[in-house]
Amino acid sequence: MIRSFGWNEFLILLRATEWTILLSLISFAGGGALGFVVALARTAQHKTLRWIAVAYIELMQATPVLMVLFLVFYGLGLFGFDIPPLIAASIALIVYCAAFLGDIWRGCIEAIPKQQWEASEALAFSRWQQLRYVVLPQAAKISLPPTVGFLVQVVKTTSIASIIGMVELTQAGRFVNNATFQPIKVFSAVALIYFVLCYPLSLWAQALERKMNAGRRA
Amino acid sequence: MTHEFDFDAVLASFDRLLQGALLTVELSAAAIVLGLAVGVLGAFAKTSGGVTVRALVSAYVEIIRNTPFLVQLYLIFFGLPALGVKLGANEAALLAMTVNLGAYATEILRAGVEAIPKTQIEAGTALGLSPLQIFRYVILVPALETVYPALTSQFTLIMLASSVVGTISANELSSMASLIDSETFRSFETYLVVTPIYIALAFMFRGVFLLVSRAIFRRRRRLQGVFGFGGAR
Repeated sequence: MIRSFGWNEFLILLRATEWTILLSLISFAGGGALGFVVALARTAQHKTLRWIAVAYIELMQATPVLMVLFLVFYGLGLFGFDIPPLIAASIALIVYCAAFLGDIWRGCIEAIPKQQWEASEALAFSRWQQLRYVVLPQAAKISLPPTVGFLVQVVKTTSIASIIGMVELTQAGRFVNNATFQPIKVFSAVALIYFVLCYPLSLWAQALERKMNAGRRA
Repeated sequence: MTHEFDFDAVLASFDRLLQGALLTVELSAAAIVLGLAVGVLGAFAKTSGGVTVRALVSAYVEIIRNTPFLVQLYLIFFGLPALGVKLGANEAALLAMTVNLGAYATEILRAGVEAIPKTQIEAGTALGLSPLQIFRYVILVPALETVYPALTSQFTLIMLASSVVGTISANELSSMASLIDSETFRSFETYLVVTPIYIALAFMFRGVFLLVSRAIFRRRRRLQGVFGFGGAR
């Protein structure tokens, strides 16, 4: 007997959405922490540090996130770690998101006028104090719209964790489709749930951007 | 660590990986041409269409931009046959890539078109250009030039995103990789070989887009040179 796509099947998708949200939060938090280090390295005075950050960002942005995921998943497997897909996906997405967030935040740090650095240096701030009290607070403000925008990318990117067998929203969709053979209903429902997660974030990012531009025009 | 690396089994299939890479390039190139066409139409409809047309285009753009490419691919690959449309994995991949890229291209080009000052369009009218000539010479080409960096990085992104079509067993690079993986059981080695191929493709794409921009935006660059702004980036 073939099940048809009804309320119970939709509940299965909703339960799996919890994993999508969890993986998104882990990726964003971890990627943010590592990305902050990358942004600092990318804008550092030390040449080697800068060079390493550039190489990291450039390579990650030229690599499909799926390949990062496979390398982490199979690579850790080689070392005898039998790691669950959630852990492999978390590591891969943290490494991946860090490069993008690092690059976004580099732009925000560089957008702060040089005079701000110079003025705080004239006030005898150390390099770290200049960063901590003068540059980063201003950079943080302008980083908000692109960072929220990137959150949408994070949520969407978690869908690839289904490929290594993590039962998040997309994989649950495949299971339900295999049981019901109603691909249009099932994957439309999956898409709808992603949309409900992502669209408010997109609108928020747009609103933040408008607000910031209004300030600049005034 | 007890693993002994063995690349021989993977490298023995290197020609199949190159064939896969070639198909990835072909799929991406086709998706870029078709997606750009969708984007031009979409941007035109969104900036000068009626209320209904604008709402429809907006819905298309927002739905695509707020759902994962993988789900769009599944909806097309599993969904269309259920509607009686027969299509193979490669066709499904191309369709999904075009639909996805078309939405992003629409949004990017719309921003470029809206950045054209109204006075320039009026100047075009004053010179007696037809609406089509105005769209082509006054709106489209300058808009393309403004958004060229955003547009071409989206082109590279769709090539990289195409790696997920391995899940529906197309014949492109990632599908070849998973085939070789299942034949040799050398998963890590396989992806250690395939990843640099993708990286090389991404840098190749960027190089080609740079050369193309030099060829098609020559006139503007000369003007910039006159005013001392330096060459286009």
